[in-house]
Amino acid sequence: MARTTMTMLLAAALLLAGCGATDKTAPSSDVAADTGGSRKGDFGPPQGEPVHAVLTSPPLVPPATNRKAPAKVIVELEVIEVDKQIAEGVNYTFWTFGGTVPGSFIRVRQGDTVEFHLKNHPGSKMPHNIDLHGVTGPGGGAASSFTAPGHQSTFTFKALNQGLYVYHCATAPVGMHVANGMYGLILIEPPEGLSPVDQEFYVMQGDFYTVGKYREKGHQAFDMQKAIDENATYVLFNGAESALTGPSALKAKTGQHIRMFVGNGGPNLVSSFHLIGEIFDKVQYEGGTRYQENVQTTLIPAGGAVTVEFHTEVPGNYVLVDHSIFRAFNKGALAILEVSGEPRPEIYSGKQGDEVYLSDKLSNPEAVATAAVASASGTLTREQQVKAGEVLFKGTCSACHQENGAGIENVFPPLAKSDYLLANRKRAIGVALNGLTGPVTVNGVSYNSVMPPMSQLNDDEIANILTFTLNSWGNNGGVVTSAEVKAERANTKRTEGAAH
Amino acid sequence: MRLAGNITLLFALLPGITAFAGGTGSVPIPGARFESVLPEAPGTKIANVAPFRLDVSLVSNADFARFVRAHPEWRRGSVKPLLADAGYLQHWANANEPGESSARKPVTQVSWFAASAYCEARGSRLPRWHEWELAAAASDAVPDARADPAWRQRILAWYSTSARGVLPDAGMSQANYYGVRDLHGVAWEWVLDAGSMMVSDDSREQGDPDLQRFCGSGALSLEQKENYALMMRIAMLSSMKASYTSGSMGFRCATDIEERR
Repeated sequence: MARTTMTMLLAAALLLAGCGATDKTAPSSDVAADTGGSRKGDFGPPQGEPVHAVLTSPPLVPPATNRKAPAKVIVELEVIEVDKQIAEGVNYTFWTFGGTVPGSFIRVRQGDTVEFHLKNHPGSKMPHNIDLHGVTGPGGGAASSFTAPGHQSTFTFKALNQGLYVYHCATAPVGMHVANGMYGLILIEPPEGLSPVDQEFYVMQGDFYTVGKYREKGHQAFDMQKAIDENATYVLFNGAESALTGPSALKAKTGQHIRMFVGNGGPNLVSSFHLIGEIFDKVQYEGGTRYQENVQTTLIPAGGAVTVEFHTEVPGNYVLVDHSIFRAFNKGALAILEVSGEPRPEIYSGKQGDEVYLSDKLSNPEAVATAAVASASGTLTREQQVKAGEVLFKGTCSACHQENGAGIENVFPPLAKSDYLLANRKRAIGVALNGLTGPVTVNGVSYNSVMPPMSQLNDDEIANILTFTLNSWGNNGGVVTSAEVKAERANTKRTEGAAH
Repeated sequence: MRLAGNITLLFALLPGITAFAGGTGSVPIPGARFESVLPEAPGTKIANVAPFRLDVSLVSNADFARFVRAHPEWRRGSVKPLLADAGYLQHWANANEPGESSARKPVTQVSWFAASAYCEARGSRLPRWHEWELAAAASDAVPDARADPAWRQRILAWYSTSARGVLPDAGMSQANYYGVRDLHGVAWEWVLDAGSMMVSDDSREQGDPDLQRFCGSGALSLEQKENYALMMRIAMLSSMKASYTSGSMGFRCATDIEERR
């Protein structure tokens, strides 16, 4: 079986050999022409001595290949089942490629011939294999790499497509192998390599399903039913709640160009990947060739990856989250990027002031309270009413009638020097209490809209608002009393259940 | 070590007795027609299992040591590489002795060939997959607990732990409906027909007639897909060639009931 697949793979590679190899300079964006995909990914047989791939554990990324010609690259990846902390005081048996979740990062160049050795540690309980999304061939290598504990398998493929690809275990039950952490990334560099940056990081999201609740202490077993229900207990970056926080946070300096290779192993959830406080200057979504600029949040499918680039300007902590935000704050999908350097107040000031802010009618509760006390004791003055009314007006009325009472012509009638308002005080009380629907003419302009009833305000409040209105913006003065409002309210029939 | 030495002496003095009776005996399992996760052929779901006897517990290191002493061709270092890989009995203290601490634990690091030879020498054989599956479908209370989600989850717990822990002693787990122990939660087990029940190397393939012919049934032709524990058993067995050994793969023996009569 394995041999058959490999033979077919080699045959396919041979068939493809010889075409392409000329057009290596296709730019990665901004040009309509495509890069040719696998049709132009074969640069001929490997040249020079075989190269042993440098594998790195997350969050590290291997150095660029810096090769100008296709090589034979030997990758040796070991599958190890390990007990590790998934959260503080919570242990989980992870199945890993290389001892970490996600697995070791593999970096090759388009056109390379990769001789892949998958070793299954003798201490493993399970057989395992690997499906690399960057492989052209049946199963992505899965059938050719099916390996019992204490054995190793070898298969070879030519990396025909450039891009950032997920690899994962595909042994039955596939979902369980993936849910236990069996995924990682392989980067197949374009022939010209990637543009130089100051730092590269490797981050991968995954969802985990345990029998116990989130942060329930002790060793936690995998819960198949929760996994089938897609009811994740944990959603994590790099396989543990503390993988990229505290002392393990990612570290950078201001003025650096950062590239992150971000994968999503799943098994189930799609990530709304976001970096709080930064904007991605470039996003190669799906790990593909083209990029989008100035991106806030980018989707990463389960079994997909993305390359993001950004430039650090302001020092501080930046937080990687899955912006499906309960996952971040209740299931662990948080990672920290610590950026050190000199403050840049011209870009971001930091906190410049901290004052009491009260919105709506409570912005000056004192005036309202003073008026209420005075009203109760019968000593309320017009000035007190105006002050309280101003506060209430700003909260309740100014959104339509505007703070200067001028309204918006043809939409919201003016209150300043309003013939309609000033002509009939009793009518004004009624409008405030019960709203107004239908055509009216104010200062010669027609209005036909809806003002909702404000009967949720009490008698004092409506009296104060109206008194403020009558004494502002050049209006001719006058006082509306609480008793007048009360009388008008009593005269108004309201439907059952309406606000009173 | 002294204890193990005494046992050796004892059996050396009694050469006429089958030197490895298998400590805890066997129990009869009534035959049955039942729905297997691995049908015998496409389109059939029912497996026919004739009555058989099955060992109550896994074969222990001490049991296997008696066999090795009687059959030195199965000693570590003497065994033909075709019949057992380099891991064969590597955990033993020496070629003849498992060492005191592991004497009562289930023997692992044994190839299918070695397990078969052990059973044959005892006048029995490895259980067939369908026999094992039938016996392993029982909880302590009922003969077929496979539809019970709580029972399935209990079984799955073993698969959620690594193989690095120390194996429990053989025969220490709770007996099931038939009186058989250790079917779940202790070790993988060789079956007689392991070689013919190959699951596809890539478990997601399906419907490929070549696979049906050459690899038996692919994982996606498995019935009762929610029965993940069995799926993992089959995946493990299909990853193992007959000469392979693993630190968590043990075995027990079975006999046809007719033969006993």
